Amino acid sequence: MENFFLDNKSLKFHLNHHLMEKIVRIKEDDFSEKDIYDYAPQDVEDAIDNYEKVLEIIGEIAGEVIANNAEIVDAEGPQLINNEVHYHPATQENYNSLMEADVMGMTLPRKYQGLNFPILPFVMSNEIIARADASFSNIWGLQDCAETINEFASEEIKDQYLPLFSQGKTGAMALTEPDAGSDLQAVQLKATYDEKKEKWYLNGVKRFITNGDADISLVLARSEEGTTDGRGLSLFLYDRSDKAVTVRRIENKMGIHGSPTCELVFKNAPARLIGQRKLGLIKYVMSLMNAARLGVAAQSVGIAEAAYREGYKYALERYQFGKPIIQFPAVYEMLNLMKAKLDGARTLMYETTRFVDIYKGLNYLSEKRPLNQNERDELKKYQKLSEYYTPLVKLFASEYANQVTYDAMQIHGGSGYMKDYPIERLYRDARITNIYEGTSQLQVVAAIRGITNNTFREKLNDYNSQITHPELQNLKSSLIKMTSQYDHVYSKIKDTADQELLDFHARRLVEMMGNIIISYLLLLDTQRDIQYLSSAQTFIKYANAQNTQHAGLITTMDDEDVCACKNNFGIE
Amino acid sequence: MSFKIVVLAKQVPDTANVTQDAMKEDGTVNRAVLPVIFNPDDLHALEMALSVKDKIKGSEVILLTMGPVRATEIIREALFRGADRGYLLTDRRFAGSDTLATSYALSMAIKKLWPVDLVFTGRQAIDGDTAQVGPQTAEKLGLSQITYAEKLIDIDDSSITIKRRLGRGIEIIKAPLPCLITVNQSAPRCRFRNAKLVMKYKRAASISELQERNEDYYQLFENKPYLKIDEWGVEDINADVNWLGLSGSPTKVKKIENVVFKAKENLILSDNDNDIDNLMKTLINSHIIG
Repeated sequence: MENFFLDNKSLKFHLNHHLMEKIVRIKEDDFSEKDIYDYAPQDVEDAIDNYEKVLEIIGEIAGEVIANNAEIVDAEGPQLINNEVHYHPATQENYNSLMEADVMGMTLPRKYQGLNFPILPFVMSNEIIARADASFSNIWGLQDCAETINEFASEEIKDQYLPLFSQGKTGAMALTEPDAGSDLQAVQLKATYDEKKEKWYLNGVKRFITNGDADISLVLARSEEGTTDGRGLSLFLYDRSDKAVTVRRIENKMGIHGSPTCELVFKNAPARLIGQRKLGLIKYVMSLMNAARLGVAAQSVGIAEAAYREGYKYALERYQFGKPIIQFPAVYEMLNLMKAKLDGARTLMYETTRFVDIYKGLNYLSEKRPLNQNERDELKKYQKLSEYYTPLVKLFASEYANQVTYDAMQIHGGSGYMKDYPIERLYRDARITNIYEGTSQLQVVAAIRGITNNTFREKLNDYNSQITHPELQNLKSSLIKMTSQYDHVYSKIKDTADQELLDFHARRLVEMMGNIIISYLLLLDTQRDIQYLSSAQTFIKYANAQNTQHAGLITTMDDEDVCACKNNFGIE
Repeated sequence: MSFKIVVLAKQVPDTANVTQDAMKEDGTVNRAVLPVIFNPDDLHALEMALSVKDKIKGSEVILLTMGPVRATEIIREALFRGADRGYLLTDRRFAGSDTLATSYALSMAIKKLWPVDLVFTGRQAIDGDTAQVGPQTAEKLGLSQITYAEKLIDIDDSSITIKRRLGRGIEIIKAPLPCLITVNQSAPRCRFRNAKLVMKYKRAASISELQERNEDYYQLFENKPYLKIDEWGVEDINADVNWLGLSGSPTKVKKIENVVFKAKENLILSDNDNDIDNLMKTLINSHIIG
């Protein structure tokens, strides 16, 4: 019996982080529901035990059902029949298994039949499922839509729709249009209010919509006539049972075949406003996107986990020159770095998730009761950390997923290029992760603000003070050196006060910072469990080398190089 | 219309992971050293019972098992998947029961639960592989029985229609209720554990289990009576002790031996009748065939 939760000790490790106690207490609001629902936890330990037990069920479904279906789902994909999406039967089997286990609506409150779990176990479920089939994790991860409805919609909409999510209705977020991809402010799909019927109607086209024919869609639309920017956009809920949207096509993609990517035509589609007008993009979609970015990070870590395992297994089995290829330095060196990146991406992801959990948890709590001063300060602190860590982890995890699948395929040699081994699918599936939900380049734009406002830099001091184990002091001092190297480089750029130069080097700066953060997190993990020592040592050495390279480029490439670069392409 | 459904299940050693000392000298299973699992066929039986409950709302599924205290685990497993309650038949005087004594005990327990509409059980257990307990229990209770069930076709208030999977094909059988059904491994797999039920029932326990762990159960069961898993001994099911355990078991194991398959030497045969004849004699004399 394969179980993708039980066979990966890192998951239980991250589930038992000391901040979980705080997260559970906030989420359960002092266990106020313990005598109301027979499945509500009695205390912190009980709650974490619940998360483990439920993840064990999901791990079993992932290992026994979803993973076995991945190959055929990839080969055959969903179908468009009479302008409706039909999942592949094996995808449907995956979904039915999870419905059977009653794990839908994982993070929704119990009054909507949800499990009332924090975000962390949900993100973990996403990682587990993505390892089995990345395309299916898209469909699973769109529970985020329910979370957004819960956060911003009226009580009436929540009462009507949230229980449906818990019962297994699917979700989609319809944002992108042919002319509005990275720049969502350009969204054109029109929302008009019919005064007589007192109803909103949507007209227009959406493109590249993951799971586009879902039961319930959140649609970004222009509700304010005459506007051209993000302030004229509102968020709407469309219910498929109204049958006013046609699916024009399912895109023919490179990877994640099981997840239908749709072009949708809205023809006078009745819709309901979520929250307030004009806040669609600037507030609600930002929140939805952040959740989705964490989802893509989890998907990336899941893919990387699967690819690492495939690479490792193949390196043991494949004999050349009379011995298994894992015995060659060129191969074990590659595997060693893959493992370090995998552990690094994962620890950054769960760190970020904890920040989001505390921030969102306190935010919900503030609707129930006034927060005290201490809680208000924490809310602010964790909101800020969430805001910058989310793009950082999306950037790192998705890039690592690409690197790890690339290397895992390399270990397979020619066989890996054939469709005979899962790595070929994993390689294709990984490629979208650093593109959708904001390209890596856009994640840098969001994360660089965490550099310029010192959020990341202050957090480094906090991490540094937590590394107390005497045997880790050597590694710690490497990180102190890397930090002063970063300080030096950053202050040089800052002193030029040249915004374009900063943007030119932004990715390098963000990567330097990310490398240091991940290194600290791996050291902290090592402090808790010695099994991470090897990954910490490896990661720190590679990170140090990469940072030195970046520092070299940042200090030598100045405004003249930026000009020369522009001149090459005739840019003003 | 609603049914009372009993599922007979057994906790069995995981025969896929058997070690050397799996059997004791007396030919009984050495449970202490073996990992144990829910007998696979019984999980299929549980699924069929739960599917009846899905169809006929208000029906109740009760898991009944006989075994040591540890066997309470499979009752919890059944609760996690949708069973309503369970009973553990546990008593030192049940120990050593063969299929006849076991089916006697189970039938007495079912009588205690009477009126019962349906009894489901797996075709056979992976430890004994006799496939006798289901049919014997049906006989003792005077129930109709359908063996080798693969699919529930239909059910109404007085009858059940089942597709049987046999060696040479399939058969559709309709039987009056009450009825006992033994389920094949070709039947639908058991549903996954249900997250909310796992959280609800994870602390469900028998008093013996809690006593072994030295936990105070009074308050727990007072507040949450659904967490109590009942245990029945010989007297609880009004059984005659002479028909139980070793004394009630006509099956006697003569000898147990470890058989290790190992090719030591090759025998080269020609195709003449004499060689073949000699080989057959050797095989018969060494009790490999015959």
